Amino acid sequence: MRRREFIGKAALASFTLTAGTGIVYGELMPKGYVPLLMQDPDPFKMFSIDKDMTVLNDRPWNIESKAHLLNDAVTPNKFMFIRNNGLLPEAIDVDTWTLTIDGESAKQKKTYTLNELKTRFPQYTYHLTLECGGNGRKEFNPPAKGNQWGVGAVHCSKWTGIRLRDVLEDVGVKNDAVYIGYHAADIHLSRSPDKEPISRGCPMEKAYQDETLLAFQLNGEDIPLAHGYPLRLVAGGWPASVSGKWVQRISIRNIVHDGTKMMGTAYRVPCKPVAPGEKVADEDMCIIESMPVKSLITYPKTGALLTLGQELTINGHAWAGELEVAKMEYSIDFGSTWHACELKAPVNRLAWQQFSANISFPQEGYYEVWAKATDSNGKSQPMLLPGWNPKGYLNNACHRIAVKVS
Amino acid sequence: MSKKEDFLQQLKTLSNSLVWLSSIILFIGIFILVMALNPDIKLFKSSPEITEADVEKDTIVNINSNDIKDGIHTETGFVAGDGLDEVIGNCTNCHSAKLVTQNRMSRDGWLATIRWMQETQNLWDLGDQEDIILDYLATHYAPEDKGRRENLIVEEWYELK
Repeated sequence: MRRREFIGKAALASFTLTAGTGIVYGELMPKGYVPLLMQDPDPFKMFSIDKDMTVLNDRPWNIESKAHLLNDAVTPNKFMFIRNNGLLPEAIDVDTWTLTIDGESAKQKKTYTLNELKTRFPQYTYHLTLECGGNGRKEFNPPAKGNQWGVGAVHCSKWTGIRLRDVLEDVGVKNDAVYIGYHAADIHLSRSPDKEPISRGCPMEKAYQDETLLAFQLNGEDIPLAHGYPLRLVAGGWPASVSGKWVQRISIRNIVHDGTKMMGTAYRVPCKPVAPGEKVADEDMCIIESMPVKSLITYPKTGALLTLGQELTINGHAWAGELEVAKMEYSIDFGSTWHACELKAPVNRLAWQQFSANISFPQEGYYEVWAKATDSNGKSQPMLLPGWNPKGYLNNACHRIAVKVS
Repeated sequence: MSKKEDFLQQLKTLSNSLVWLSSIILFIGIFILVMALNPDIKLFKSSPEITEADVEKDTIVNINSNDIKDGIHTETGFVAGDGLDEVIGNCTNCHSAKLVTQNRMSRDGWLATIRWMQETQNLWDLGDQEDIILDYLATHYAPEDKGRRENLIVEEWYELK
């Protein structure tokens, strides 16, 4: 018996003793379950993340950043949100790691070693905005089920890898291809080997984009384990769940990929708008593609105390899924008047854009600084919550910070 | 050799064996105790490729599961109340207690979530504990009306120079 298992079992017994009650229905528990109480690693050390990050969930790991931590144009690992659907892969050997391309619409099944991928195809680097589909879920009313993300489930880091398109073309794609779906090395929460925690993908059009990468590196270093080491699909501007971590297999499908979390209500919103709390049938839910326009004030941190006459410089980022942000504005009177911010062009397509503004306050008092981005199609962020949906996706309501002037 | 001597010889062999046996049991006992108290001691060298997941699996803490402070179960963060044991026993095996405590649902919503976990996530039949669990969740983790946009909550005001 391995030591860890032994301790697990010993602890299970002691839990039974100290809690004064048996694990209810313990006999119905599949073998290999170790109650979560027995795992308490330090995620800040384990993932090398900043102590101000918020742990929403420790099994699976879901850790959120905060607006003021995201001030860098290129998000460093220590401030990147972590969203996992399953348990981390347990034994990764880069020497034996392979990527297999298969599926109904692949002209052949082909397997590449990591080294082959790195040496046979040209490499590219892009800054790509990845936002969790459920970022902002916390604000929905009635509340939506899932990790209650605030504003910090977004990052824009520098990804290096090869184009997915180059690999797909090397394998050969049949004319009837409609979608790609990834399969990865993470482990289902139930530890059942028959279940995948998540297996999503994107239409061929997105798969063929220049910026859709099979990435090996994040910000110039090996991708950290929590973000998909050693190989991650990265599809900027779409829900981050499209960017599959620890990818081992990509299937070229002749149907919309039907993997775990592609179906039902997962990463889907009602095809037609619904009233808050309304029940929506699965067949009336549509897959989220490009994320909506959004922005974040990353400086200063909310709660700033100023003196009258002191000018406030704000800055932050704005992004718009597949589109570009065309206009950035701020308001200090709850949207009665809006003022232009300075807005930079993106470093590359699908990268977030930096904005800044200098604000003077007319008199003492409590203010909120609201930020509003408008995309290249003329759509702006709503000031209130956007359309309610059962799983609480796509909250792109204006970000705001509180300021007091005295 | 007389029968008596033979008997004494056998007795000596037996008692020697017993001493050895109990020493071995004692040694194993001490070893297990040391290992249980110091989970960081590595017996076997892992493969050179150590993933962070290994660290995760390796770190197992002792449990003081009955601690309750200010109405909150310390270990899990659950609200103390009727059904707490049943909730811990059934709901923290696959996922963190945090997945429960950060959510707010009606009784129907919690039931739908349990059914979804049973249909897709390998959750077992909760038997007659299901009602106890639902009562607990619907009592302590019920939704509140938040309106279309809440007031900002500022945790800390600070002077900006």
